Amino acid sequence: MLDHPKESAFETFSGNRGLDQEEPPIFEIGRPETSGVDIDEPAHLEPRLGALERKGPIGLPGLCEPEAMRHYVRLSRKNYSIDAGLYPLGSCTMKHNPRLNEKVARFAGFADLHPLQPQSTAQGALALMEELSRWLLTLTGMSAIALSPKAGAHGELCGLMAIEAALEARSEAATRKVVLIPQSAHGTNPASAALLGFQPRVIEAGADGVVSEEAVAKALGPDVAAIMLTNPNTCGLFERNIVAIARRVHEAGGYFYCDGANFNAIAGVARPGDMGVDAMHLNLHKTFSTPHGGGGPGSGPVVFSERLAPFAPVPFLLREGETLRLVEHGDGAQSFGRLTAFHGQFGTFVRALAYILSHGADGLAQTSRDAVLSANYLRVALRDVMTQPFGDRLCMHEVLFDDSFLEGTGVATLDFAKAMIDEGYHPMTIYFPLVVHGAMLIEPTESESKRSLDLFVTTMHDLIASAKRGETRRFTEAPRYAPRRRLDETAAARKPVLRWSAG
Amino acid sequence: MRYLPLTDVDRKDMRDAIGVADFAALYADVPSELLLDRPLDLPRAKSEMEVERLLSAMAKRNLSAASAPFFIGAGAYRHHIPASVDHLIQRSEFLTSYTPYQPEISQGTLQYLFEFQTQVAMLTGMEIANASMYDGSTACAEAALMAHRITKRRKAILSGGLHPHYTDVLRTISHFAGDEIVALAPDVQAREDIASAIDDSVSCVIVQTPDVFGNLRDLTLIADACHRHGALLVAVFTEAVSLGLLKSPGEMGADIVVGEGQSLGNPLSFGGPYLGLLATRQSYLRQTPGRLIGETVDADGRRGYVATLSAREQHIRRDKATSNICTNSNLCALAFSIHLSLLGEAGLRRLARANHASAIDLVDRLAAVAGVETLNESFFNEFTLRVPGDAARLVEAMAERGVLAGVPVSRLLPQAGLDDLLIVASTEVDTAEDREAFVAAMKGAL
Repeated sequence: MLDHPKESAFETFSGNRGLDQEEPPIFEIGRPETSGVDIDEPAHLEPRLGALERKGPIGLPGLCEPEAMRHYVRLSRKNYSIDAGLYPLGSCTMKHNPRLNEKVARFAGFADLHPLQPQSTAQGALALMEELSRWLLTLTGMSAIALSPKAGAHGELCGLMAIEAALEARSEAATRKVVLIPQSAHGTNPASAALLGFQPRVIEAGADGVVSEEAVAKALGPDVAAIMLTNPNTCGLFERNIVAIARRVHEAGGYFYCDGANFNAIAGVARPGDMGVDAMHLNLHKTFSTPHGGGGPGSGPVVFSERLAPFAPVPFLLREGETLRLVEHGDGAQSFGRLTAFHGQFGTFVRALAYILSHGADGLAQTSRDAVLSANYLRVALRDVMTQPFGDRLCMHEVLFDDSFLEGTGVATLDFAKAMIDEGYHPMTIYFPLVVHGAMLIEPTESESKRSLDLFVTTMHDLIASAKRGETRRFTEAPRYAPRRRLDETAAARKPVLRWSAG
Repeated sequence: MRYLPLTDVDRKDMRDAIGVADFAALYADVPSELLLDRPLDLPRAKSEMEVERLLSAMAKRNLSAASAPFFIGAGAYRHHIPASVDHLIQRSEFLTSYTPYQPEISQGTLQYLFEFQTQVAMLTGMEIANASMYDGSTACAEAALMAHRITKRRKAILSGGLHPHYTDVLRTISHFAGDEIVALAPDVQAREDIASAIDDSVSCVIVQTPDVFGNLRDLTLIADACHRHGALLVAVFTEAVSLGLLKSPGEMGADIVVGEGQSLGNPLSFGGPYLGLLATRQSYLRQTPGRLIGETVDADGRRGYVATLSAREQHIRRDKATSNICTNSNLCALAFSIHLSLLGEAGLRRLARANHASAIDLVDRLAAVAGVETLNESFFNEFTLRVPGDAARLVEAMAERGVLAGVPVSRLLPQAGLDDLLIVASTEVDTAEDREAFVAAMKGAL
């Protein structure tokens, strides 16, 4: 169905631009009576639905198979993806997603397996969970694991719940209500703490971008339940005072939660367990390469120290000789309870384990080193044209710049990012971490070749020189070569249209 | 290592450019006592073929649903997934993209989520839906928290027909969030009196239909009772296909509808990743957790889509956010949406009728099994049986006869003393022979 172009801005009658084809919503191309699935009408059906049968129409459009293929293929081509190019989103770890992971997750014995079928018929799946647990515990140097959290932020809840359960067991849950959180933390950290009734207390980082032992000591008191520290932190720096910080927190009776979103910098190189961590979530969709699918699913297993292990949620695995048993109920133990139906993101466990086995312990360490190497390579290649908020020093797997190099050019950070789109790159993370004004956080990951990194550097140099020459339209009018120009986000928020309607 | 593009020569060149002699120097910020100086007790790298062989061996130790007559439901359902669904979600541009932070190059993701939101709103009979949650159980917990924010009350009443895992998740979150829940006793035949439990201190009543025992519930009277007391009705479903045949929760007066969307487009996958659905009234928009996609225009006036209203979310509001949820089940939502687009209204209705017909056929065949009683007056594709003796032992015995028979209630509610109850589901994938095999295996095992 062709709509006549309404605006003279369209160069073509159809609105298409060659291979860049417009695609209306399914509601404008489908019809309720069309179906792309052949299902026979059952013979002689006398419903036993009480009086609850639906009477009126739903309005759902249907597409036959060729229409559906074309609709979704056309939509897919309006997306950037890691398979298409460099995706240097800091703190998001957009690394290569091996297709072997997808293949094995689709084995019938994994994909076509019900979470509640008898455990005797799912021993292979339980063995897979045990093997993944062994790897994650060894890599982190921790004592126990909860596989069930569905995402990183769900893992934060899990870790904090175990901490509160431990405090309850010590009869200190009512008095210890404060969680120390550095200003640079992911926004989910304070949100998770607040959701569970904790009061976040902000800790400032020093001029060197990391939290000092003194700053923590000053904030500690008998009201502190825990500290939530991201390490490496969101400024791309290793919290080098971590051991002393952990000791201080422990001495004050608190627990140490580590946000493990950036574990990919140190996996196989150093262990959180040696740093005094009590609980930490792992983002399987970051460190262990499971694809993020445009925003999910994630998977956020949590590892625990010996002190918190007894409070871990159900379900958990028990080995009884040759047999594995999934403990699905508290059974009167100290487990704090259940976080989600069933056993977690099993399909993601399969993918993560395939990745882990492909690398082995040696390969995982190399992966971390390459991620750190690539980030520092970019840092050195860009440090003369961009500005670093904490001075010129080694970074971990991501490198943080700020926008002061754009001062006086008339180009804002957002404009700069949009111009990167025209050059064929997904922009880096901008305006995060909040602690740095005009932050630009670049994470190349280990998946990029040196040639790819060099091309990126050359492009960045060209963009920066262009901004300094005053070629502002290249930025303020960007993107020009994208499926859409700048979108009016203010209008979208002011008068939200969240569903399609006719007319 | 096949996934790492850097060669040793590259690495040396890059180290030289940085000015570090070796990898230890690169990690100079990590206190040296923390750096591992010995190999971990873990195996070395494996080739693609080796990994595939190893995982294949693990997979073969499981009895997959397709390899036996299969009747297990209780919150996760086996349906046929059209081949094109899995093909499309594996396209690189969908599979390997991230959260749509840059809308100009994420229009594919944003448009299908906008379509998904519309489909979910239509299906549930509600005004708006979000762009998905982790799964049905966590969506249910978020609905309770949302009701607390809207009503400024902190007590939720849970129907005894709610999936016990969902009840457990609510118990956990309520305990730590300092909220109160009243979980009614397990209610096998949907006879509980919820209305009289509602008073002016209640924030929401949470009722599942079809409930975990398969019963269909008319929510109209419960909705009225809720609204008289200023409470919200949260309607829950775990079988999205049922909505093709049943009156929608919206039509029955629900204020928030949450459910599990795994049934459409998503494999069983031993429990996840699944797809949480959440729909509600337009007026509760700003208290809605999770991601929302809205329509807008670009600088050329062309229709486009953006993630919107993020001022409610953790990356702006931080400790005052409506929820800590930062990810959704995007790819699962895509699978759901593609499957539903392929079905269309006519196909969904036929699929729902095929499910219902299959379950009716099984119930009727079970009438011939002495000592087995069907407890439901109404049902969709799932129902509860009372069997002589222990249902868990019966399931094991039937598994030995090659039939996966259902979920013993004791697996979900070990302390409830309902050891003789078995929850059985039948969907469009079951054949008449499968159903006959079920009956024969049951007769043989009893």
